[in-house]
Amino acid sequence: MAAKARFKDTDMQVVIGWVLRIGVIVSVSVVFVGGVIYLYRHGGLIPNYSKFNGVPNFVQLHGLVNGIINLRGRSIIQAGIILLIATPILRIVFSTIGFVLEKDYLYTGISLLVLLIIIVSSISGHVG
Amino acid sequence: MPILEFTLIILVGSCFAGLLGSLTGLGGGFIIIPLLTVFLHVDIHYAIGASLVSIIATSSGSAAAYVKEGITNMRLGMFLEVATTLGAVTGAMVAVYFPTNLLAILLGLILITSALLTLRKKAVQVVHQKNILAEKLKFNGSYPGENGTVEYSVSRIGGGFVMMLFAGLLSGLLGIGSGALKVLAMDNIMRIPFKVSTTTSNFMIGVTGAASAVVYLQRGYIEPSISMPVVIGVLTGALVGSKILVKTKSSGWLRWVFVVVVIGLASQLIYNGLIGKI
Repeated sequence: MAAKARFKDTDMQVVIGWVLRIGVIVSVSVVFVGGVIYLYRHGGLIPNYSKFNGVPNFVQLHGLVNGIINLRGRSIIQAGIILLIATPILRIVFSTIGFVLEKDYLYTGISLLVLLIIIVSSISGHVG
Repeated sequence: MPILEFTLIILVGSCFAGLLGSLTGLGGGFIIIPLLTVFLHVDIHYAIGASLVSIIATSSGSAAAYVKEGITNMRLGMFLEVATTLGAVTGAMVAVYFPTNLLAILLGLILITSALLTLRKKAVQVVHQKNILAEKLKFNGSYPGENGTVEYSVSRIGGGFVMMLFAGLLSGLLGIGSGALKVLAMDNIMRIPFKVSTTTSNFMIGVTGAASAVVYLQRGYIEPSISMPVVIGVLTGALVGSKILVKTKSSGWLRWVFVVVVIGLASQLIYNGLIGKI
């Protein structure tokens, strides 16, 4: 009999497990590298976080890219944090694909709805 | 205090928080925010941002292991994530309009409540009662138990959904995973077996956290130099904790230690909030 491999819940569990694991390992490694650079450069300065210091320039994409190119510690840490935040979002993307493969259209819709909420939130979050 | 020393203190504190959080199953956010605000005088918005990032890390890390074991109810989690993300986005949006001392008082109260919630007895419950909506939504599942596969059913979905909206709201507002509340909603309202509710709650925390983190990120509330030692510390502590857990059962006295520590820290938060020092 031809082994017509159908995509099942257990397959999805394995894939999602790996997405989460790799996401955490990669992002925390980037944070660590950025942290070492940051402490090497600024370890002797005095921190001041008792009041909100305003929106830093690496929140914008070009500021972030510039910072990474110039090997600025905080920008590299920020990139790692963005990867970390993207990890569970990527998990939803993968489960959406999984539900499509399972032909479970109800849950394809539910996954897309969650994804939509997060996307709308990330677009409209820019208020302050 | 120079940045190097400041970073090392946060790193050690977060490691401790991650260890206790994983041993008791509550997550590290509980200790991180009071540590940063009360003892290191960090702005509470930065503390909430760093805590959010750390709960995403621990939730994703442990979910990776649980999902493979097949205990997590992925469909139920996905469905309830609609509620938690909606709540979280709302919470994160309104957080900016909250005075910092009010946030501190609210957080203190929630921490004490959640800590006390963990002390309640967990009865093994399995409901087989048919629920039409649960069947339509394919929630009824099974998990590998000690004596073979355990089948279970899910009840009162509407009530659970509303509680998840609230859990998400608190998560977005205060930067905590609100795992205790999620588990409570699944245990007491939806009548889900404890093993499934804890792993599914943990599965949802990452996505809930990400939904509010995208808002905090753009506001500049996630400060890399503070989040860095918090994430690395909490994750290391949680990893060590999970290794210890394999060898020993989570003991009762440890839970009490955690509750006492959290109540102590939370009282500090409330006190500082009341006198307007935060």
